[in-house]
Amino acid sequence: MANLITVDHLYRYYGKVCAVNDVGFTLEKGEVLGFLGPNGAGKTTTMQMLSGNLAPSSGQIIINGFDLLDQPNKAKRSLGYLPDTPPLYKELSVQEFLHYCAALQSIPKNAITHAINKTKERCGLMAVSHRLIANLSKGFQQRVGIAQAILHNPDVIILDEPTVGLDPIQIKEIRTLIRELGQDHGIILSTHILNEVQESCTHVQIIHQGRLILKESIAGLNEAMNTDSLHVTTRLAADKSLLLAISGINAIENITDHQLNIHYNTVNDPTRQIIETIIANGWELQELTPIKKSMEDVFIALTKDSQS
Amino acid sequence: MSMILTIATREFKSLFISPLAWTVLAILQCLLAYLFLTQVETFTLIQPKLAGIDGAPGLTDIIVTPLYGNAGIILLLVTPLLTMRLICEERRNKTLTLLLSAPISTVDIIIGKYLGSLGLLLLLVCLITLMPLSLLIGGELDMGKLFANFLALLLLVSAFTATGLFMSTVAGHPTIAAMGTFGILLLLWILDWSAGMKEQRSELFEYLSILRHFQNLQSGLISSVDISYFLLFTATFILLSIRSLDNDRLQK
Repeated sequence: MANLITVDHLYRYYGKVCAVNDVGFTLEKGEVLGFLGPNGAGKTTTMQMLSGNLAPSSGQIIINGFDLLDQPNKAKRSLGYLPDTPPLYKELSVQEFLHYCAALQSIPKNAITHAINKTKERCGLMAVSHRLIANLSKGFQQRVGIAQAILHNPDVIILDEPTVGLDPIQIKEIRTLIRELGQDHGIILSTHILNEVQESCTHVQIIHQGRLILKESIAGLNEAMNTDSLHVTTRLAADKSLLLAISGINAIENITDHQLNIHYNTVNDPTRQIIETIIANGWELQELTPIKKSMEDVFIALTKDSQS
Repeated sequence: MSMILTIATREFKSLFISPLAWTVLAILQCLLAYLFLTQVETFTLIQPKLAGIDGAPGLTDIIVTPLYGNAGIILLLVTPLLTMRLICEERRNKTLTLLLSAPISTVDIIIGKYLGSLGLLLLLVCLITLMPLSLLIGGELDMGKLFANFLALLLLVSAFTATGLFMSTVAGHPTIAAMGTFGILLLLWILDWSAGMKEQRSELFEYLSILRHFQNLQSGLISSVDISYFLLFTATFILLSIRSLDNDRLQK
């Protein structure tokens, strides 16, 4: 199947600062790609380039078979974009605004009403459809922004931090919406919240200082995070070399003489042997807590790696 | 093409959603009506004297030409205020993204915006024209000259709007756009003044002056030089606006 988005060797310079450095990836139908990175990593710049708002310094972007630079209008037809600040005309009502967007996206006249109603329903905007956007709460404005991006049923939806400033219930609703949309569209979602990626994405991509440092499916990522840790406290100081001899243990770090962090490989869980060793040597086990490893750790580890 | 219309309609409507268009139309109509009435008054005062002179200026010369001349000056002040927000405000409110990521070209955006705001000014020029037309109830007008004045003012506001649009594309803040437009227009308006001094007469300045071409047309002399001046003027600024909006994507 053809890729919805193909990005090749994308560079973007602001003066001498390189904001996006040789980024390349693809997006297929049914994928929800989480674009992850700390502030200033180049997420928004990449998204602006994908949406045609910013010309890349060099590189190629192909959307649905059309080169964004050579045939911008054809490429943009399959694109829905929600920037970090939703582009809303606050003096219009939700209905008027969506109608204008429909016209901009050249939705045929007889299909406009249907498209608007469907989108309003999807984004939960039915109740506010005749209110002025200026009078809506931030959450509703964000939803109008999303509505604007999915109105013309584009193949590719680009959402730049769609859940910023929303309350937890709204975040949940939007995540559900994203998962729903992800079934028959390709979605790129940028965020700096890891949890969000774990909840709504199928693939994840980490960008740091303009470079892609990881591109994985969520399952692959979880697999890649196959090292886990145990926090062990003993009453007497343990002999590290004896513990290290157990197969599956990668590393042991001392917190104090009595407290250890043991990193091991999940494929071959050595917890049982650790306990047995401790008891057999009479070090008196006092505490044994598994340390939950989140994507946060991977993220920090990866970004630290590329800094050093 | 339909995109241009979509954007133009939206621009035109948005002027009327805010009180801006209504205020401008009302205030200008009041001011010009006052000037029109003074002009009518003058005419009735000097009419007996004029009757005696052969080839004396008629109703149209005394009332219509000054009315359109004044309208030109007032619009020089007002157009920058109407056009300052066209692109500038969209950029500041980040709504420009909506247009830039939609499948439309920058040409559509600029021309749409231009036509939208020109629509209001066209309406204004038509409203002004109603005043001299009212004279038809009790007198006769030189329709040719009235048309020449109408055309002159229309071309003038087209040029003003194009300048305003360009400044709005370039400037970072609406006030700066307005100030810039006003500066350019006023400079081009008064450029001709130095031509009055015999020693420093400059043909280039004379050609560049908006006032000179406007007055030529107003006098009823519809020459292609003056018309092409205005058309070129307008086209230049529209092209510059398109270029400048394109540039937005290249660097920030």
